[in-house]
Amino acid sequence: MKLVEKYLDKEGEGHIVLIPEEPEDMWHAYNLISEGDSVRSTTIRKVQTESSTGSSSSNRVRTTLTISVENIDFDTQACMLRLKGRNIEENQYVKMGAYHTLDLELNRKFSLRKQYWDSISLERIDTACDPTKIADVAAVIMQEGLAHVCLITPSMTLIRAKIDVSIPRKRKGFVQQHEKGLTKFYDNVMQAILRHVNFDIVKCILIASPGFVRDQFYEYMFQTAVKTDNKVLLENKSKFMLVHASSGFKHSLKEVLQDPSVMAKISDTKAAGEVKILETFYSMLQCEPARAFYGKKHVEKANEAQAIETLLISDNLFRCQDVNLRKEYVKLVESVRENGGDVKIFSSLHISGEQLEQLTGVAAILRFPMPELEDDDESEED
Amino acid sequence: MSRHRDIRNMDYSDEYEGYDDVYGHSIDDDYYISPSNRQFMYNRENSTRSSEDGIKEEDEVEAQLTDTEKLKLESCIDEINRILGSLNIPRIDLVDFVLTNKFDVEKAVSAILDDPKFRQTEQSERKEKAPVQPTTIQPTDPESVKVVASTPKTATNVTKGFELPQKDLKLNSTPRSQSPASGRATPVLSTASDGAEEPRIGKFRDTKFDPQQLYKKERGEEKEHLYMVVIGHVDAGKSTLMGRLLCELGQVNQRIMHKYEQESRKLGKQSFMYAWVLDETGEERNRGITMDIGRFQFETKTKSITLLDAPGHKDFIPNMISGAGQADVALMVVDATRGEFETGFDFGGQTREHALLVRSLGVTQFAVAINKLDTVSWSKERFDEIVNKLKSFLKHVGFKESDVTFVPCSGLTGQNLVSKPTENGLSSWYNGPCLLDVIDNFKSPIRPISKPFRLSVNDIFKGTGSAFCVSGRVETGTLSMGDKVLVCPKKEYAVVKSLSIDEIPKTVVFAGDQATVTLSGIEMQNVAIGNILCDPQNPVQVATRFQARIVVFNVTVPMTKGFPVVLHHQSLVEPAVVSKLVSQLNKSTGEIMKKHPRFLGKNTSAIVEIQVSKPIALELYSDCKELGRVMLRIGGVTIAAGLITKIII
Ligand SMILES: Nc1nc2c(ncn2[C@@H]2O[C@H](COP(=O)(O)OP(=O)(O)O)[C@@H](O)[C@H]2O)c(=O)[nH]1
Ligand SMILES: [Mg+2]
Repeated sequence: MKLVEKYLDKEGEGHIVLIPEEPEDMWHAYNLISEGDSVRSTTIRKVQTESSTGSSSSNRVRTTLTISVENIDFDTQACMLRLKGRNIEENQYVKMGAYHTLDLELNRKFSLRKQYWDSISLERIDTACDPTKIADVAAVIMQEGLAHVCLITPSMTLIRAKIDVSIPRKRKGFVQQHEKGLTKFYDNVMQAILRHVNFDIVKCILIASPGFVRDQFYEYMFQTAVKTDNKVLLENKSKFMLVHASSGFKHSLKEVLQDPSVMAKISDTKAAGEVKILETFYSMLQCEPARAFYGKKHVEKANEAQAIETLLISDNLFRCQDVNLRKEYVKLVESVRENGGDVKIFSSLHISGEQLEQLTGVAAILRFPMPELEDDDESEED
Repeated sequence: MSRHRDIRNMDYSDEYEGYDDVYGHSIDDDYYISPSNRQFMYNRENSTRSSEDGIKEEDEVEAQLTDTEKLKLESCIDEINRILGSLNIPRIDLVDFVLTNKFDVEKAVSAILDDPKFRQTEQSERKEKAPVQPTTIQPTDPESVKVVASTPKTATNVTKGFELPQKDLKLNSTPRSQSPASGRATPVLSTASDGAEEPRIGKFRDTKFDPQQLYKKERGEEKEHLYMVVIGHVDAGKSTLMGRLLCELGQVNQRIMHKYEQESRKLGKQSFMYAWVLDETGEERNRGITMDIGRFQFETKTKSITLLDAPGHKDFIPNMISGAGQADVALMVVDATRGEFETGFDFGGQTREHALLVRSLGVTQFAVAINKLDTVSWSKERFDEIVNKLKSFLKHVGFKESDVTFVPCSGLTGQNLVSKPTENGLSSWYNGPCLLDVIDNFKSPIRPISKPFRLSVNDIFKGTGSAFCVSGRVETGTLSMGDKVLVCPKKEYAVVKSLSIDEIPKTVVFAGDQATVTLSGIEMQNVAIGNILCDPQNPVQVATRFQARIVVFNVTVPMTKGFPVVLHHQSLVEPAVVSKLVSQLNKSTGEIMKKHPRFLGKNTSAIVEIQVSKPIALELYSDCKELGRVMLRIGGVTIAAGLITKIII
């Protein structure tokens, strides 16, 4: 993301102009924009024009609109961000107060105005505009008959393809059906890799599976590549890396990212870092449960006692529609930092962020044990 | 049908909170539910004959009882069912018997046995109430009861002449409306009243047929069939042991064996020559490990055994689970070699996990082959040492001591496999049964053939022509050619075109069989591994959320809500999330220790809610043990086993 202009007053009100440059920036924008903010950008609008004779025709024109955002939609597959709201600035084509849906586009600047820019948002702008690029990693998590082709960017894990076919088992005297099924499966996976992995950007492709599936697949893929003279694959052969995973399900990615050989190769990706911290939290829960808290109430109590060493918090909590609730989470983060604690904001698109989200979205590793709190609120009961 | 379901579920959760306390003594305990709920349950577990009677008439009588009386009544009925389970007396009659005998189980039992009606259970019209006959009291012990109970069955079969001519086996073409309702889980009773609500699409099976008789007719002459899974740490010698056993039994052609010997020698893997009998694919042979379940057939004196050679390697445990899920009994092989047993048992080996899994999958009979005794010069001390270690472990896992047998042997040298050992070192101190006799001594499990039909799909493949086949274990009930089945969770209908077991065509298959079913009327891509084929008139439930009473194993990190797991349910393997920790239970009493625990550590017991990513077909454990069990795994490790206690729709 490129920062074009930033104007904030003392109270934190103001606008920032940004240019999204890659799909990941749409995710950042999604996390920045809340309901009630106003966004100004160019867009296409269908306009009806009436000629002097009374016949009407409709034209598509590009115009710049400012809307007050009421609805935000993010399509993870296409990395598309769609904003819906009312027009709040005079415009030659669009009446004031008329609804418009604005799709943010790559390489087109937009201006975002907020009543209050909190520290979390400003921090995200810094992250998004950090020019040091961390290369993307692709991972294929597979088992016989099931494969997920994923793309791991700094803040997103995107499932690009899921291959799910049933392969007949080996039966005595009928091994061909099994082998045919397997070959077809491998071929599907290989096609998915070719379609979804951009070898110019991706510096490492992990093939992970239990048993010998990865070896067999790797062998198949490169035999085929030689046969069909597939330059792309052959030239990038060194980027492939075979790793163990216990299954072909998506959450096995966690194991893959923790594999020492992978960690060495892909250095410090955010995804791997998050896996590690969540793991630390769970280990603490096992060894010293009085130093591992989760849930808003409990974590806030721990924070009041200045006990939080590391706060794990999911970014979806800051996308909360309830402004006050959002403020409370921002305050929690700021307060933990003031007390010298570390804050890790998990991306809800990464594998451990998904898990954290299920675990109330907020957890903390404490400096010292605290008595376990009685669960007085049964509010989470449904 | 669905109406009943709803009522059942609602009532269950809303009114009887305490249900959880009662249920949960040990993982395989039978299930207790409150009397007020009981009438809504198909009590398939105990009354294979009359499951749905309970829904109708009984409440009138029972409604007049006080709560304590109801409880007493329940425990009496449970007790009677335990003693007389094989008689399958309708609940309504049981209630009468218990009440007239003032909750005295013994009296009630004698009364039942004296009642001419139940001497003829097979034919009696169960609609009429049993005349109450308090008679002379004889102390009855279960043993003698069983004898009494089984005689009338055969007797009536003969006298009433229900032996069906062979052609009648095509059930659809020959409706036998004259045959009295002698008990299927969907008996005449229910069809008469419920039938109207049910869409009668296509040809449903004639419900008035008697699976027990059919079974006797079809299989009475044959040896009892048993599925045995062989488990144990990788390289314990499972494949070798079984390969050798098969050779000794003459199941493997001499010429083939010679070929294996030659070829394995060429590869420098001669020690694997017997294993090759079971490890058939090149992949398995080259790597010298079993990857998927190998199947083989052999016979003992009284039984016909299908052997399932399970892969021992950690990565292939999912295959092992699907193998063990189909098995009746298990044979565990351990390597007696010094250090090796310890690796397999103590240091993260698969011995423990396998035993745990097999037990959690419902296998209760277990034999342990202490293998490779040749490497420790047939040492008795070593044998005893291992036996003692395993004994206490297996007891802990939940096997009854009387259900576990230990047998010393060596697969490679063939000692004590099919006959008494010839090796002095062994015969000097061992004169128990050889492996084959141990296998022969396994008790045959009861086949729940009178329950509604269910088959879990374990394999799907193309048949001849346009048709395709599924194979899997018939968990409960029976299935005949021409039957209509419902494929769940998609709820698509299909028709059974043909049936076979081990490539031999059949007209009917029964619970416990591993059958291949050729289906028509459904697209191949609409059937997936893990699907359940069931009786359309009595289908399984479909849901994405359920509660289970679980036992957490030796986990390295505690389970919390939001924990991602891999769910194993029969042949199904699906990602799932532990969405809620409902309560932590006392492991031995099953009482609630804590509501909404923050986490579950190792060796705890709890009720949790599980959310599956897409709908699955399942049943309450109380309704159907076979489809009521789940296994949770993560990172290649089994972290918990559970029983489904509530289905959330
Ligand atoms: N000395 C000895 N070696 C055995 C015996 N049984 C198996 N083995 C060896 O143990 C190795 C593993 O055997 P295998 O049957 O593949 O084990 P599995 O992984 O449990 O199926 C092979 O090299 C066998 O030759 C035995 O009774 N004595
Ligand atoms: Mg083997």
